[in-house]
Amino acid sequence: MAAKARNPRKTRNPDLVRGVGKFSRSKMYHKRGLWAIKAKNGGVFPRHDAKPAAETQPEKPPKFYPADDVKKPLVNKRKPKPTKLRASITPGTVLIILAGRFKGKRVVFLKQLSSGLLLVTGPFKINGVPLRRVNQSYVIATSTKVDISGLNVEKFDDKYFAKEVEKKKKKGEGEFFETEKEEKNVLPQGKKDDQKSVDASLIKSIEAVPDLKTYLAARFSLKAGMKPHELVF
Amino acid sequence: MVKGRQGERIRLYVRGTVLGYKRSKSNQYPNTSLIQIEGVNTKEEVAWYAGKRLAYIYKAKVKTNGSHYRCIWGKVSRPHGNSGVVRAKFTSNLPPKSMGARVRVFIYPSNI
Repeated sequence: MAAKARNPRKTRNPDLVRGVGKFSRSKMYHKRGLWAIKAKNGGVFPRHDAKPAAETQPEKPPKFYPADDVKKPLVNKRKPKPTKLRASITPGTVLIILAGRFKGKRVVFLKQLSSGLLLVTGPFKINGVPLRRVNQSYVIATSTKVDISGLNVEKFDDKYFAKEVEKKKKKGEGEFFETEKEEKNVLPQGKKDDQKSVDASLIKSIEAVPDLKTYLAARFSLKAGMKPHELVF
Repeated sequence: MVKGRQGERIRLYVRGTVLGYKRSKSNQYPNTSLIQIEGVNTKEEVAWYAGKRLAYIYKAKVKTNGSHYRCIWGKVSRPHGNSGVVRAKFTSNLPPKSMGARVRVFIYPSNI
């Protein structure tokens, strides 16, 4: 099929009222230039004969006929979009993590991944938070920003954080009691190097700001008399 | 919770009290509880807390999942009245002994 020249083409026949066009059928015939198409084709509309279908294999009778009618599930063409990023969260924002192992830690936001999760780093040397994914709902964005311009975070995506697939080992008789706690999960050296390279430039920009390093090392906590609905972060 | 380490005590929740069940004078509806959140005194202030998660934490004699502590999760649903009391629904109804007991109002899901 030839590519459509202009997909959303507004109609040449504006509505006077819903269901009533401004121009009559004969006027529209002239407006659409159907007379020119006919003239170009020798007085008749061009015919498009059906193209001969490609050779299909002769269909074999199926091996199995279900007893009752099988319902086909409806086709779903929906493509979920990544969660909308809050306006307060921009690359370099300091975030407070609200739940999980690192709750209360103040952390630097790097970018939003395609799954919608936020990529975040401590930096590791400052507060022990590695390159990590965090959900936007479990985070408070503060107004403190860190300069993140020198940082290249292109290589990090959701696949980087996927769990390692363990090869299934066949359990022999003697191995049964040994393979209980064999390999502790050692972080591959590549990931440690990634952490170091990301943190190197970050730490330089953090140390440029007075007190920012101790700020990131300290954890956030609610104290007596603090009301979150009145706090400005 | 965590491996029994000392560490600083971080409080990332607001304290709340269970006041009782939603009720009229002589009927109560235990599927919704009323919660008084500390420091919240008007229904305009409650708007910030709508949808925030709640946890009622209690102790039991038998260890489940490695701990004597158990939890019922819930959410703040709407203000109740004009003075900052809040209605909340939990995954299972709160037990009557929770009346007057502490509830943790977390700051997530956050919108700041």
